[in-house]
Amino acid sequence: MEFIKAFIIGGIICALVQILMEKTKLMPGRIMVLLVCTGVVLGAVGLYQPFLDFAGAGASVPLLGFGNVLWKGVREAVDNKGILGLFTGGFTASAAGISSALIFGYIASLIFNPKMKKK
Amino acid sequence: MKEENINEQQRNRQYNEYVKQVAPKASCLANCVKAFITGGLICTLGQIFIAVYMENGMSKEDAALWTTLSLVLLSVILTGFNIYPLITTWGGAGSLVPITGFANSVAAPAIEYKKEGQVFGIGCKIFTIAGPVILYGILTSWVAGLLYMLVQWGAGR
Repeated sequence: MEFIKAFIIGGIICALVQILMEKTKLMPGRIMVLLVCTGVVLGAVGLYQPFLDFAGAGASVPLLGFGNVLWKGVREAVDNKGILGLFTGGFTASAAGISSALIFGYIASLIFNPKMKKK
Repeated sequence: MKEENINEQQRNRQYNEYVKQVAPKASCLANCVKAFITGGLICTLGQIFIAVYMENGMSKEDAALWTTLSLVLLSVILTGFNIYPLITTWGGAGSLVPITGFANSVAAPAIEYKKEGQVFGIGCKIFTIAGPVILYGILTSWVAGLLYMLVQWGAGR
């Protein structure tokens, strides 16, 4: 059941973003920035956590979930450390995602060569 | 002769309008279905990872982090073998929206620009898309955290 929920919810989010892309012609980079920031805002107003509890990976795998992770990190750090937490929470919570992408990406750049572009 | 020309022009115009009406909508729907399937499958894969990790006794939080690591690694490998671009071509937003799209956007330029050197090639280009995402993500969460803190203080008084 949770797999079906993840499939449907994740699919709906992607389909909605596809519509947004078709209508606005936004580039992928801007879409990603928009998703992460939207995730932070949705998390901060308290909408994302209940959605996450319901949809599981359907809500955590899209970049909206990454934004929500950033927000959760900041909130927890602010609760524990006050102002200092504003500056430590975001990176602490997002460390796994960012570090893994950078480290695996770097290793990949050593192993793989760019493919020749077809002319 | 002249009348024929006008008729032809009119027909062309009508045809163009017809194409404009029909083509984008049809392809938009098809693209949305593809994005739905692609994104849905990636999220299902994430759910499978979570289930497997929790089966092995991990807490929910740790399982979520390990799932992120697994999806990122998988995406980078697929990027290296040039398979992820194929998924993007077919799946559109479905391959972009999940965390795998972020990982792809980190690995792809790093591989692409390795010839330009360790610092200005890989070092700079690896952040082409990750940079803005991290900057605005951190900035937004900082602002949200500040507001949260002010609300807490306000409530505490």
